[in-house]
Amino acid sequence: MTDATEMTLEEREATLGGIGCARKRKEDIRFIQGKGNYVDDIELPGQVFGDFVRSPYAHARVKSIDTAAAKAVPGVLAVLTAEDLKPLNLHWMPTLAGDTQAVLADQKVHFQNQEVAFVIGEDRYAVSDGIQAVEVDYEDLPVLVDPKQALAEDAPVLREDVEDKDNVGQGVRKHPNHIFAWEAGDRDETDKAFAGAAVTVKEEIFYQRVHPCPLEPCGCVASMDPVRGELTLYGTFQAPHVVRTVVSLIAGLPEHKIRVIAPDIGGGFGNKVGAYPGYVCATVGTIVLGRPVKWVEGRIDNLSTTAFARDYHMTGELAADSNGRIAAIRVHVLADHGAFNAHAQPSKWPAGLFSIVTGSYDIPSAHIAVDGVYTNKAPGGVAYRCSFRVTEASYLIERMIDVLAQKVGLDKAEVRLRNFVTPEQFPYTSCLDWEYDSGDYHTALNKVLEAVDYQGLLAEQAEKRKRGELMGIGLATFTEIVGAGPSRNCDILGIGMFDSCEIRIHPTGSAIARLGTKSQGQGHETTYAQILATELGIPSDDITVEEGDTDTAPYGLGTYGSRSTPVAGAAAAQAARKIKAKAQKIAAHMLEVGEKDLEWEVDRFKVKGLPEKTATMKEIAFAAYQNLPEGLEPGLEAVNYYDPPNFTYPFGAYLCVVDVDRLTGEVKVRRFYALDDCGTRINPMVIEGQVHGGLTEAFAIAMGQELTFDETGNIQGASFMDYFLPTAVETPVWETDFTVTPSPHHPIGAKGVGESPNVGGVSAFSNAVVDAFAHLGVSHMPMPHTPWRVWKQCQALGIGE
Amino acid sequence: MSKIPVKMTVNGRAVDELVEPRLLLVHFLRGKLNLTGPHVGCETSHCGACTVDLDGMSVKSCTVFAVQAEGAEITTVEGMANADGSLSALQEGFMQEHGLQCGYCTPGMIMRAHRLLQENANPSDEEIRWELSGNLCRCTGYQNIVKAVRYAADKLNAQREAAE
Repeated sequence: MTDATEMTLEEREATLGGIGCARKRKEDIRFIQGKGNYVDDIELPGQVFGDFVRSPYAHARVKSIDTAAAKAVPGVLAVLTAEDLKPLNLHWMPTLAGDTQAVLADQKVHFQNQEVAFVIGEDRYAVSDGIQAVEVDYEDLPVLVDPKQALAEDAPVLREDVEDKDNVGQGVRKHPNHIFAWEAGDRDETDKAFAGAAVTVKEEIFYQRVHPCPLEPCGCVASMDPVRGELTLYGTFQAPHVVRTVVSLIAGLPEHKIRVIAPDIGGGFGNKVGAYPGYVCATVGTIVLGRPVKWVEGRIDNLSTTAFARDYHMTGELAADSNGRIAAIRVHVLADHGAFNAHAQPSKWPAGLFSIVTGSYDIPSAHIAVDGVYTNKAPGGVAYRCSFRVTEASYLIERMIDVLAQKVGLDKAEVRLRNFVTPEQFPYTSCLDWEYDSGDYHTALNKVLEAVDYQGLLAEQAEKRKRGELMGIGLATFTEIVGAGPSRNCDILGIGMFDSCEIRIHPTGSAIARLGTKSQGQGHETTYAQILATELGIPSDDITVEEGDTDTAPYGLGTYGSRSTPVAGAAAAQAARKIKAKAQKIAAHMLEVGEKDLEWEVDRFKVKGLPEKTATMKEIAFAAYQNLPEGLEPGLEAVNYYDPPNFTYPFGAYLCVVDVDRLTGEVKVRRFYALDDCGTRINPMVIEGQVHGGLTEAFAIAMGQELTFDETGNIQGASFMDYFLPTAVETPVWETDFTVTPSPHHPIGAKGVGESPNVGGVSAFSNAVVDAFAHLGVSHMPMPHTPWRVWKQCQALGIGE
Repeated sequence: MSKIPVKMTVNGRAVDELVEPRLLLVHFLRGKLNLTGPHVGCETSHCGACTVDLDGMSVKSCTVFAVQAEGAEITTVEGMANADGSLSALQEGFMQEHGLQCGYCTPGMIMRAHRLLQENANPSDEEIRWELSGNLCRCTGYQNIVKAVRYAADKLNAQREAAE
């Protein structure tokens, strides 16, 4: 076969639109025309709507629920309460963390806005009328919003349903409001290091309760086909396959009779990982009524009831020598998990991957201990744009490094450089037993310091300080741990956290690939196709990528924790390689040579030494359906389930410069420089977009987001009136940069990037704000750094006038 | 609840429907007219995902009753393509400059940017940021949205100049 085209090698490569090119996104064309298909866009024949009666109390006994008036409201079809769900045993549901959560309040409510009854009606207006007509009689109970008070000896018992249990899924409890105790590291070694250290520092660091708050709230449409006995559940699911398994387990429906479809998702950031009462109630509703039931939460419902993040009360300590070389780290965390332990972590990790807390630093000893506690707040505890509890860990170590630098009187960049794991140490095993795959932290930090003229900034800061002006320089040199994960230490409900890709090559040489993940805006339809284009020699424009339908896609664990590229991206490459191996056999048959006589070049096999004898992938694809070597089965398909040998460890160096107005407390971000190393870069445009978005979410967290509660458990600020989502005006301008240190164990060397900017960004902002006050003896200021709080700090220092 | 008639023009098409007086414009557009481009993100007029153009103004259709739009000319993102069906400069700009990720805010952003460029054909980056500040985006960090609007402004200005 001869080469019909006149294209050069470079042109052929460019035509593929493969790894490394800034390909425009395939998904955009529908979104810019208003033709996306989000859950609330789904309208099935006969569809009805359901929504909740929610509790105004944070802790109360439900004495009675009168639904008669609501049922008489025109358009209302049904009202469900816990009593109605009891015969189905669906009034409580298991959580991902081994606890149980009330689907509808069973005798008690445990947090404000908890689901009490589910009203189903012809449309959302009739449902709203019905909700107002439901009469609930509550008897209020003492409320606990402070996790420290929750562990007091005489504290009221919140979860009477598990009062007598000594274990609610994640270890031994030591108090009726205690959920679990978890520790890692070597306590004795660490104590010894602290006892002999020249310098020790200690800081109380609270990472406030925040919410991922995607622009599209959570929702679903449940549709039961009573004739076939099949349930279809559309929903805002970051992990649709896991949802199907969960629904099968708790609803008792066979898994093959359930089809879960995650259509377009309007952002997730962790909020759409969990299973919520709305999904269960809509499912019961469709089974009872025989009509499809839609549930879509409102914004206040979203902020006040579906999964929050963080709420970690941390005590951090470092031991070091007088040169700032760290000998040990000790951390205790009091983790506020709210009313039900419904956080989303791999089963064996009650504090997620918090033990990545040694960060980018070679620290010989560590001990960490985490206590989970019940309070009268919404359940959850998801990773808000980070791998499981990694932002909390990274924030702690990045803050503590600054505290240490201040104590020993060294520059914070210098202390980092002195403690970094060195390039020669990789693969590096931390004292908390994580094997870092690759990294070059010195190069990354030095590149940033040079790019921003760090010495110049320090000189400017010194000048400003003399004049009484407040300028802060914040650094963060973080390491993430993403791509959960190896099944030997990661599972959800006992299912290993692998992921998958199935590829079919059509006779004319185009392809469809289906994966077990689910994009919520990350651009998988674009970037997975690029991996496949490079691996298969088929243009990415000729490859359709599909996710989110459990009837068609192979089983996978979904998209969160930056796991799509490290796990499903690897599965894509491996599946493609299976296809290529078969293609080589077919090519050898077509060209009448041995397989070993062939070599691959961009989009074709060539006979070694005879460059004009080639078989392109397109030609091979056709041959796969009609001209096969004897004994080879027809078709060109492959599937790969990829169980990663290790996590990947993206890293970065961020620098933030702020100016603080000491009269108003306003913090102005003057400059933000972000260098990310995510290994092999699949699409630089998409990576940059992810970094911009992650930094903006980090900015929001550091500077304004917090869900607080008053002493009676009223959630404050759970609407866009109060909850800080930065607009285009507040959001800083981002400068991005990169280095490339490929992962040695990933098939294409990629590591994942979506969450790095949030992990590194929060500490960079916070460090910058504290640094503005460092010369005045301030070592820590609690987030979020709102003007009010910063102003109070100025007042306390007597510099606010 | 009794219904009352409402007439308006949506994306150039005359619409005549019976609605409950409490029906929100966004639910009217989405539910009755099957125009699902306008999205609901907050129901309190903060997020702007439901932004449509109403008689030459950007409005958040989650806080307008359908009956208030009696007699109005409304454009949604579905009506934004050029007359020949090709993408408008703004739609093209959002795609070229990676001005969207999850796409949920995009229809509202495009509609707001459309009105901005009607009022100010050559806005500065700061003006773009200010004029879009009623529309929230959780994914992009706005930087590429600003570029997308700039792209459209430049393209439209070049077309105008060429036509003159």
